[in-house]
Amino acid sequence: MAPARVRVPASPMRQTWRRFARHRLAVASACLLAILMLGVILGPLLWRVRIDDIDFAATLQGPSAAHPFGTDDLGQDLLARMIYGGRISLAVGFAAMLVATLVGIVVGSVAGMSRRLVDPALMWVTDLFLSLPQLPLLLLIIYLFRDRLKALFGVEGGIFVMIVAVIGGLRWMPVARLVRAQFLSLREKEFVEAARALGASRWEQVVGHILPNALGPVIVASTIEVSAAIIAESTLSFLGLGFPPDIPTWGRILFDAKDHLDVAPHWALFAGAAIFLTVLSINFIGDGLRDALDPRRIG
Amino acid sequence: MGSSMTEQDLRNRISDVREGRLSRRAFVRQMAALGLSAPMAGTMLAHGGVAFADATLAYKPTKAGGGGVLKLLLWQAPTLLNPHFASGTKDQIASRIFFEPLAGWDKEGNLIAQLAAETPSRTNGGLSADGKEVTWKLKRNVRWHDGQPFTADDVVFTWQYAADPATAAYTTGSYANIKVEKIDDHTVKVVFKEPTPFWADPFVGAFGCILPKHHFGDYAGAKSRDAPANLKPVGTGPYKFLDFKPGDIITGERNADYHVPSQPFFDRIEVKGGGDAVSAARAVLQSGEYDYAWNLQVEDEILKRMETGGKGKISAVVSGDIEFIILNTTDPDVEVDGERSSIKTKHPTLSDPKVREAMNLLLDRDSIEKFIYGRGGLATASFVNEPKQFKSKTLKYEFSVDKANKILDEAGYKRGQDGVREKDGKKLKYVFQTSINAPRQKTQAIIKQACQRAGIDLELKSVTAAVFFSSDVGNPDTYIKLYCDMEMYTTTQPQPDPEVFLNQSNSWQIANKENKWLGRNVARFSDPAADDAYKAAQKELDPAKRAELLIKVNDLFCRSNTILPLISRTRVVAAASSLMHDHSGWDVDTWNVAAWYRA
Amino acid sequence: MAGFLLRRLLIAVPSLLGISLILFTVLALAPGDPFSEMATNPNVPPEVRESLRASFGLNDPILVRYLRWMAAMARGDWGFSFASRINVDTLILQRVPTTILVIGSSQVVALLIAVPIGLYAGIRPYSLLDQVANTLAFVGFSLPTFFTGILFILVFSIHLGWLPFVYQTDLAASGWRWWWEGFRQAIMPVSVLALFQAASYTRYVRAAVLDVARLDYVRTAQAKGLNPRSVTLRHIARNAMIPVVTLVALQMPIVFGGAIVTEQIFRVPGVGSLLITAMLANDTPVVMAVTFVFACLVVLFNLVADLLYGWLDPRISF
Repeated sequence: MAPARVRVPASPMRQTWRRFARHRLAVASACLLAILMLGVILGPLLWRVRIDDIDFAATLQGPSAAHPFGTDDLGQDLLARMIYGGRISLAVGFAAMLVATLVGIVVGSVAGMSRRLVDPALMWVTDLFLSLPQLPLLLLIIYLFRDRLKALFGVEGGIFVMIVAVIGGLRWMPVARLVRAQFLSLREKEFVEAARALGASRWEQVVGHILPNALGPVIVASTIEVSAAIIAESTLSFLGLGFPPDIPTWGRILFDAKDHLDVAPHWALFAGAAIFLTVLSINFIGDGLRDALDPRRIG
Repeated sequence: MGSSMTEQDLRNRISDVREGRLSRRAFVRQMAALGLSAPMAGTMLAHGGVAFADATLAYKPTKAGGGGVLKLLLWQAPTLLNPHFASGTKDQIASRIFFEPLAGWDKEGNLIAQLAAETPSRTNGGLSADGKEVTWKLKRNVRWHDGQPFTADDVVFTWQYAADPATAAYTTGSYANIKVEKIDDHTVKVVFKEPTPFWADPFVGAFGCILPKHHFGDYAGAKSRDAPANLKPVGTGPYKFLDFKPGDIITGERNADYHVPSQPFFDRIEVKGGGDAVSAARAVLQSGEYDYAWNLQVEDEILKRMETGGKGKISAVVSGDIEFIILNTTDPDVEVDGERSSIKTKHPTLSDPKVREAMNLLLDRDSIEKFIYGRGGLATASFVNEPKQFKSKTLKYEFSVDKANKILDEAGYKRGQDGVREKDGKKLKYVFQTSINAPRQKTQAIIKQACQRAGIDLELKSVTAAVFFSSDVGNPDTYIKLYCDMEMYTTTQPQPDPEVFLNQSNSWQIANKENKWLGRNVARFSDPAADDAYKAAQKELDPAKRAELLIKVNDLFCRSNTILPLISRTRVVAAASSLMHDHSGWDVDTWNVAAWYRA
Repeated sequence: MAGFLLRRLLIAVPSLLGISLILFTVLALAPGDPFSEMATNPNVPPEVRESLRASFGLNDPILVRYLRWMAAMARGDWGFSFASRINVDTLILQRVPTTILVIGSSQVVALLIAVPIGLYAGIRPYSLLDQVANTLAFVGFSLPTFFTGILFILVFSIHLGWLPFVYQTDLAASGWRWWWEGFRQAIMPVSVLALFQAASYTRYVRAAVLDVARLDYVRTAQAKGLNPRSVTLRHIARNAMIPVVTLVALQMPIVFGGAIVTEQIFRVPGVGSLLITAMLANDTPVVMAVTFVFACLVVLFNLVADLLYGWLDPRISF
């Protein structure tokens, strides 16, 4: 919305950055996300309470000086658990979002640019993945791959790789369909035709013209993906696919808190708020990026 | 055995009860002190010529009907209504509304006649002296829901139906090795091949429901699935079938022709299924939408909070089920002849009795009872259990991190740099698995913390129940494969008698590749002394001697510390404040639903 | 268009066959055993279990079982459930009306909320309504349905006592009371699902509108001085509907397949709860039938979406 003011030739990167920096919500969100990340990374240095100290004398307590976020039903400190869980949840959320979004964009844009054979074939794969019954499939994956991945990446590393692969691998289909639908429409638009007439290669058409205009739904999808992945991680641990039961994650804290919602709302509050803030900030960063990348925006 | 009671003592006591010098309750309590279940004590008395007592709900209403709707909520939905195909308690509960056995078990383990005119005993001639024959007198003037009379033919037919392997009935084990003869229209005789001390199994309780011959007669054997009555049950029970949607809802209406006068009280019954245990408790205790919710395996803390609303109450009855831990004495990481945890291997550290003894000291059973199970279980050190007031005095438990540390120090396990003990390079690091279930995960956390303080590192693993309890030969995560160092689950006691229950200690029952892991001995426990005592008990007709032998098996099993009993489970239910119900830990919840009423 | 439709329908048959083969293989290989209860029951001799396995045909190779299943399916025989020993089609048909009613109405409600709000928010980005809608939407998809479901129950059933939370298919009432009770019990499950859905729909509509609003032809239309209202409806809304159609097409099979979590919480006897129970009990015939119908719907609605793209934007060709 900002009118063009400066006309100094700048590199595209710098222009993009300048446009992004002008999107105040996006900048604020980036700061917020940075704080969250720093918090979970550096938190254990500042808050030295163990995550698994059981204290039956202090169960389900609300926030206090000893336990700023309160305690759960075993008297474990929720702040420590939120910090520890945040590392996993954020890592899983981002990694799974990246996998799902990237796979979705690649499949969707390839399908959207090709006609004859490739499009039906890719849509067949998409339909297949949409139809797969998730629970038996997950059990099959655990059964086939858990021990191998454990051997390759170690206990926690193996689980992390598997969770990201499973969540990302089972959730790219909506992105692919959205991208393809946008491509079908955009590839016939005047500005793409113009580019084509000017001799732009397919790759140039896609990267320079079509994809930037198809990003809106993709950004929405990937933000939703982050929260979905954080929550999906907790459901996976109920299939024995996730992290061991004593390792807290935000999704798991939220799940464990649900039966105590009436007397201990604080238990769910912080986990819910953390997921909310993550989603919120990612979304605004996404919006800012899109505005910044928009080739037709000047500024 | 720590008790001083001899066989002669027992005999004297049985005659004391018979002649009224000792109360029945006191006798059961004394037997309990020996680790004998209440039903066993009851069967002993029956053999000794004393009739069963009766702890059923006193029925107040003076006429049948007029009670409105009785709404039950099961968080696992029943999927079929033929009691002989019932694959779980949910199906047994549902089918018991329409079908009845000759007798059922009340909450104190007394045998209560249902379709029988009386329970067999030595005095009424029902039990033969050699322990091979039981004669049941059937109740007269009982009619099936379609008006046909109930006779001995139906009982004989039920035996033929369930015993036929082609029928593939889940109850077949109770019927395959017996013969049933019709004496007259209202008398049948059950003939066992061997002297059978625990005779109250066929035609009794959950596995004993009688089927109408005129509905199932054409559908025994391979055609069993095609019987229309599988879906539209015609029984003798207090409620007549109205509608059934598998996995969702069952409805029934009052059987005006019921064989017990002025029963049942309710005009209609509804059994809704699905959801989870916590919200089932809510629907009874907080919103009052339902009258009764079953099997609430929920942390007691949550239930207590819900009860404060005053709409309903929680009640618990004892059962034979036991939550326990297995310490794997075989090696789960070494494969021998295509199987891990083979008895040909030895666990690097858990095969050391000292380590197992220390582990037993690291279980804070009292806290687990107090903060997790509450009314849902009682801390125990014995595998075969009794109600709280009857708890075994010979086996004791203790929680002491210091003692555990001392034992491990003395046994030469030194703490390494990471705080984990080791000896000869073998670390005390274990994988501890169980099924996914909130109370179990909390128990795991409590045990893990205590172990940490004793220099033992536990890696917690939880497996979804559908896989953990499956018999899938291909899956490494089933409880029976024991591909871990420790595991925890509940084993149920289907019959109110510890003999079958204790086969989990038989060396010939050890689960292995050869028997496709179908053996009942998951702990891979093996002790010739226990085996001998068990075999002797199987043949022993004298109830007192048999009891002593079974107690010996239990003691050897527990003292080996290959299994660590944790919590003796109770059956916890929620009921509306006004509902008078009668559930039993030795039978299904609806075993006496005819006598339920609203106060 | 007709040629395209015919071509796509012809492709659909082999592609469904391929999908069904893969589904069948996954289910056959997945761990679990329909007779697990039997195996842990000391009362059932292993021979009985073995003979049952044989009579259900579980010991044959996967391909043989698949061909048998397909041949039966072609004759209209869906097989029978291992758990309840009832024909699978009967079981599914019992669940379909409730599922369509509950899940279908939640989708409708979600669209009714999301499309107008999303349109408005997209045309006036960063306005007050946009900010409020955004924040609510973020809350909406940050909180999973297992959580909002319980929150609703605590507030509306237990604290206020307004609504029942156990869904019943055979209500004891009749006449207008039946309708009223049916409506009351559907409120919570429908709104939990609808709010979750609406949260993401709103964001998608808004994003699509933002994208379209910046395209040249919309600017042209605006520059020509066309009535803003008609620009919104004719030029923006129509093109912005493409992602919405995609999403709705993705969701339609779920109207049949049910929403497992919400159905569990409110005990709605829908296809979702049938599916999850069947999965946990390893009742393969039921799981296979439900997933196969689901797959057919996925393929069908993908096709419908493609047809709608052509209608929304006539320049789209395949």
